[in-house]
Amino acid sequence: MEIKTDTYTVRYDEENNVILCEGTLRLSGMEEYSPVVEMLNTVVERSPPLITLDLRKLEFLNSSGINVLSKFIIKVRQHRERQAKENQPETNMVVYGSQTIPWQSKSIKNLQRLMPSLELEWDKN
Amino acid sequence: MEQIFGDFDKHLYRSEEYLIIGFSPSSASLKQCWRNNGLSADFLADYVTTFFPVEDNASNALSRQAEIKGAVAYIANELLENAMKFNDNSTQLPISIDLQLYHDKIVIIITNTISPTDVLKFQQFIQKLLLEDPQELYIHQLEHNATTDDSTQSGLGLLTMINDYMAKIGWKFETVQTEPTAVTRVITMVQLGV
Repeated sequence: MEIKTDTYTVRYDEENNVILCEGTLRLSGMEEYSPVVEMLNTVVERSPPLITLDLRKLEFLNSSGINVLSKFIIKVRQHRERQAKENQPETNMVVYGSQTIPWQSKSIKNLQRLMPSLELEWDKN
Repeated sequence: MEQIFGDFDKHLYRSEEYLIIGFSPSSASLKQCWRNNGLSADFLADYVTTFFPVEDNASNALSRQAEIKGAVAYIANELLENAMKFNDNSTQLPISIDLQLYHDKIVIIITNTISPTDVLKFQQFIQKLLLEDPQELYIHQLEHNATTDDSTQSGLGLLTMINDYMAKIGWKFETVQTEPTAVTRVITMVQLGV
């Protein structure tokens, strides 16, 4: 699954459950983000053991985009809570970020605040 | 009438280094003009880097320059997105973004009109922002957004500026016209230490 425009790419690698975001995501509000939201929801519904979100090449993200990613993280957290209740193995999540991209070094940590078990891996190059 | 909220420096003197971009109200739709927000924000960010030169590829200076550039690009883009969304297009007044450079800070001032029906709601949000802990408000807002599908303005842009970029923000509301219809202008001032 892939959404690709001149400015950004969001790709879901179904085999490895990796979501890759690249470029500049500055869409205007939730309506324009809805194809991305739908894709992210699909990933949660598939209930994989591990979801990887790779943001290392996402140069810009506006606050509407931060809202979209945050909603996704909360969805994964809620999914884990349901799995725990049903004594099922919980879906884990890892986010790859780059410390050389300013918005990431400033704002990515907030994703972890929404789901403390989320693993954050920094790429320093 | 004039109302001031937050860290709005009324006596800020004009810097010798500044750049102003103005947008006249246009017949093109918000959607058509949307990319101009990012282009303008990136241009302002690029302009600023001139004043934070890097000599001999010094890594400290390089990362400082990148940090300032990133902060201006993010903040200017958020301010422009908000201004374009909330501007009262029934007036013919332009929107402007004004970047002022000082030895210890960058100040970004954005001016737009706001529809009379939105003024109170916006001021209530500002009061909340000034009274509550912005970190908690941020998480609260995200958890709240996750439970609803509506796309109403969440104030996340302003909250990230305060929490993640340590920006100081102030607002001035002024009535520019009362007859035949009321026109209110809002001037948002964001101060970023450098």
